[in-house]
Amino acid sequence: MNQKEFMQLINPFKDKIFRLAKRLLVSTEEAEDATQEVLVKLWSKNDSLEQLKSVEAMAMTMTKNYCLDQLKSKRAGNMTIVHNNYTDGSAGLQKRVEDNDAWQWVEKIINQLPEQQKLIVQMRDIEEMEFEEISKIMEMNEQAIRTALSRARKTIRENMTKTNNYGIG
Amino acid sequence: MALDRIEILIEKYFEGETSIAEEKELKNYFSSSNVAQHLEQYSAVFGYYKQAKNEQLATTIPLKSKKQSIVVWLSVAASVVVMLGVGFTFYKNNLNTEIQNVGKVDDPEIAFRETQKALDLVSKHLNKGIESVSYLNEFEQSKNKIFKIN
Repeated sequence: MNQKEFMQLINPFKDKIFRLAKRLLVSTEEAEDATQEVLVKLWSKNDSLEQLKSVEAMAMTMTKNYCLDQLKSKRAGNMTIVHNNYTDGSAGLQKRVEDNDAWQWVEKIINQLPEQQKLIVQMRDIEEMEFEEISKIMEMNEQAIRTALSRARKTIRENMTKTNNYGIG
Repeated sequence: MALDRIEILIEKYFEGETSIAEEKELKNYFSSSNVAQHLEQYSAVFGYYKQAKNEQLATTIPLKSKKQSIVVWLSVAASVVVMLGVGFTFYKNNLNTEIQNVGKVDDPEIAFRETQKALDLVSKHLNKGIESVSYLNEFEQSKNKIFKIN
């Protein structure tokens, strides 16, 4: 497989990988680094790629593992990083600003979820993937994923209603 | 879209029982303008999900590193070949001239004769040169005759 073919192969899902990495690592730069890392690793496996059933699932699993490792090593080094690069969309219509504000709250709430739930929410609610795919990537059975997802969705709802009641959101 | 259907879907959604199609239905409902007031609190969540899917990777992936190292190695190999080639031709030339120069004679008597021959040749040519110079003596004599008066 040459470089061009490889690029064509990864093009449909490279953004997906980036978003998954960003969900876990929060920082855009770190997510970009992680994406590059994963794709270069994938490129070095080049020859065995053709035998794989789903390169995408493979890439997603690699991304998940890589990011979790990154987080682990960061925690081991006693570093706490607080990222503030929440999207500040171009301030246009008042409505849009309000939406952005509310979205940032949603993002913050999701960021407070445990890693496993973050991953599942990202893959199911944002990327709209089937439970079957998710269970392969997470190496969990489908029922466990449904349970974790339900828990995550309820946590998000609770936190949203809280902020709504405080009149912040 | 019927409100009670949406409410049922939301209920299912929080239990993790909705299908992708149903979740899309919910997303569409919440991105429309006529969301029921008691459900408004969810619209930010679904709106966020919809928007979050559009984020794209802004950097390019540096796959070139692999190819560049190949180029580097190729250039190293090429220079080695060039150096070997140049070295070899020089070596070969030296070898040839050495072979041409070294005439070897094993028998001492033949060697003696060969040397004599060579020396004869040299002296013959030398004598020839001296003979031709002896003409100059004639000039010297006549010059002496003429300039004797002075």
